[in-house]
Amino acid sequence: MSQIGLPHILFLSCALFFIGVYGFLTRRNMITMLMALELILNSVNINFIAFNKFLFADKMDGLFFTIFIITIAAAEAAVAIAIIINLYRNSHSLDVDDADTMKF
Amino acid sequence: MLSPTLIALIPLLPVFSFLLIALGGKKYFPNLCGILATLAILGSFILSATVAYEYFFQLGPTAGAFKPTVAVSLQWLPFSPDVSIDMGILLDPISVMMLVVVTLISLMVHFYSLGYMKGETRYATFYSFLGLFTFSMLGLVLSSNIFQIYAFWELVGVSSFLLIGFYFDKPSAVAASKKAFIVTRFADLGFLIGILVLAYYSGTLDFQTLITRLTTPTDQLHHSMAATFMGCSALSWGLALVFVGGAGKSAMFPLHIWLPDAMEGPTPVSALIHAATMVVAGVYLVARLFPIFAISSPASLDIVAWVGITSSFIAAIVACTQTDIKRVLAYSTMSQIGYMMFALGVSGYGGEHGLGFMASMFHLFTHAMFKALLFLGAGSVIHYVHSNDMKDMGGLRKHMPITHITFLVACLAIAGIPPFAGFFSKEEILTAAYHGNKAIFGIALVTAAITAFYMFRLYFSIFWSKDFHPYHTEDGHGAHDAHHGEGPFTMLLPLLILGLLSIGAGFLPFGRLVTSDGVAIVTEFNPGFSAGPVLLALAGIVLAWSFYKKQNNAPDQVAGNIKGFYTAAYHKFYIDEVYIFITRKIVFNLIGRPAAWFDRNIVDGTINLIASLAEIVSFLIRKIQSGKVQVYALYFMFGVLGFVLLFMFW
Repeated sequence: MSQIGLPHILFLSCALFFIGVYGFLTRRNMITMLMALELILNSVNINFIAFNKFLFADKMDGLFFTIFIITIAAAEAAVAIAIIINLYRNSHSLDVDDADTMKF
Repeated sequence: MLSPTLIALIPLLPVFSFLLIALGGKKYFPNLCGILATLAILGSFILSATVAYEYFFQLGPTAGAFKPTVAVSLQWLPFSPDVSIDMGILLDPISVMMLVVVTLISLMVHFYSLGYMKGETRYATFYSFLGLFTFSMLGLVLSSNIFQIYAFWELVGVSSFLLIGFYFDKPSAVAASKKAFIVTRFADLGFLIGILVLAYYSGTLDFQTLITRLTTPTDQLHHSMAATFMGCSALSWGLALVFVGGAGKSAMFPLHIWLPDAMEGPTPVSALIHAATMVVAGVYLVARLFPIFAISSPASLDIVAWVGITSSFIAAIVACTQTDIKRVLAYSTMSQIGYMMFALGVSGYGGEHGLGFMASMFHLFTHAMFKALLFLGAGSVIHYVHSNDMKDMGGLRKHMPITHITFLVACLAIAGIPPFAGFFSKEEILTAAYHGNKAIFGIALVTAAITAFYMFRLYFSIFWSKDFHPYHTEDGHGAHDAHHGEGPFTMLLPLLILGLLSIGAGFLPFGRLVTSDGVAIVTEFNPGFSAGPVLLALAGIVLAWSFYKKQNNAPDQVAGNIKGFYTAAYHKFYIDEVYIFITRKIVFNLIGRPAAWFDRNIVDGTINLIASLAEIVSFLIRKIQSGKVQVYALYFMFGVLGFVLLFMFW
């Protein structure tokens, strides 16, 4: 166990992913949920980088995808925060359970 | 010959006036509508008269016969190279004759209405409808295609519906217009099926081709004769069905029930419907297809003859008992149209055999004149008395001398007294019937006598009988003071013109102009033969004179002696009641109600079942939609997980 190999990195990303899912499902604060979402995205990024490095070292596709996802994540964060701000203006609350009017 | 454009203007002028008045007349020039429409129809009349003059006298017969010509033909709906619905103008002796009749009577009615309808709130609307009516009838008589005639046929139905229901705030007028429309529409169903049968066997919709193919020995004729249904050839069925349509429009028994009720319309409209348009359409239709009737299917011609004489006889009897003057005139129209029908029915085709055809058209022509005169005269009387009932009238001859004289002329004409117009045409019809069918001839003679009786019953009741005392109306002043008089000049002039025509129209050499095959026939005047009908008519007049000249109780006594029969005739032989029984009790109960039950329970039930199933299911699953974002995310995650497991282990 002298060197860090692919399984370690995959373990890390898997852990990161489920921490993100857990956070997304349990936290009530919308900002925290957004942060959990970022964790999920970044776990995917780690996967991409790891597979690129260990399986296709001569190609750059994984890197490109990662950069792409980071860009998307930035845009998504902007939109999500805008939505959250609007919701806050409506209900004066960041609790996600208060925004439940759009049902049946 | 006139250019096609000018000929096309004959039907188009009235429709232009209709559109102009209907779209802008009421708003922008309400008082000019009448004059505008009258001018348009005057233009039509002048053009028609020119066409008639040129067709009959300048163009003349080619090789001894008047040939039909197609002046205008526009292809409208082509189905195949052979079959197309065209819009065309067909000129032949009967259509040219009808052109003159329709435009002349329409012109008289337009002119008369300038006075009669003055001050009506829907004056403009009235004139626009009149234009539409005239247009429809002109299009009908000029049709070169059997589908074109059907289209205009329906237009006539619609415009008569509009005009009969003109006083739509009166429930009886609304009922009458609906009745007229539904009864004729029901008959038109037969007409449509008849058209399809004829078109199927002849393979064309064009009148001239159709007639040629179904009268000369061609494949089409053999096929249509060979195919039989219930013992009659398909051709006979087709023609009989076409005649059902004609009988509906022409108010033949038993489809006549709409005609007396149609009196709810304004009186000038009644004149137009009865004299020149609408009711003669059926006669015209049979005349238009006459070669096929006469040459290829004598059986269906027999139907025409017997329906005609039955209607004629029944209507004459009913007319003797009615007290509403317009209803008497309505039944007399039905009787006279019956005359035209059976004249066609007993006629043969070509040469001397075609006497009945020529007599029928002649009677159509003269009848238009004196029937329009009778209705317009009755209109003047109603205008003066403010009542339709002859019990309210009597002794009017001193109050309305011009109306009196013209009405007398019309009565003499319809009774068939020489030298008035009706005598000549009736004489020809009776001659044709005598040669064609003795039984029909006998009934026709009796009908002629009854006709004279009821017309003079009407005449004496209106103009003699008792002295007319202008009574006072409820609002305190006399309704019939001298200021009112006989009506304005516009109402008197048509009466005078039509009176002159009723005297003179009989002298037209009709046999030379309008015959079944276009070849002139010679009609000899036989004093011995015509003495009979004239004497019978005179007897009818004398009887009416003794009954109604002075008020006495003789009519009541006679009516009392034949009480059952009189009551039946007074109630129009309960035909309306029979119809009501059939529709209410039989059709409604046996067909209508089961159909309604099926619709309500089976058809609607299926739809309701589907809808309620959807409702139940959605009610069950709606709890899933909680509105909580994280619950949705959980569903989503389990879903993804499910798919992952599915792909890994299966």
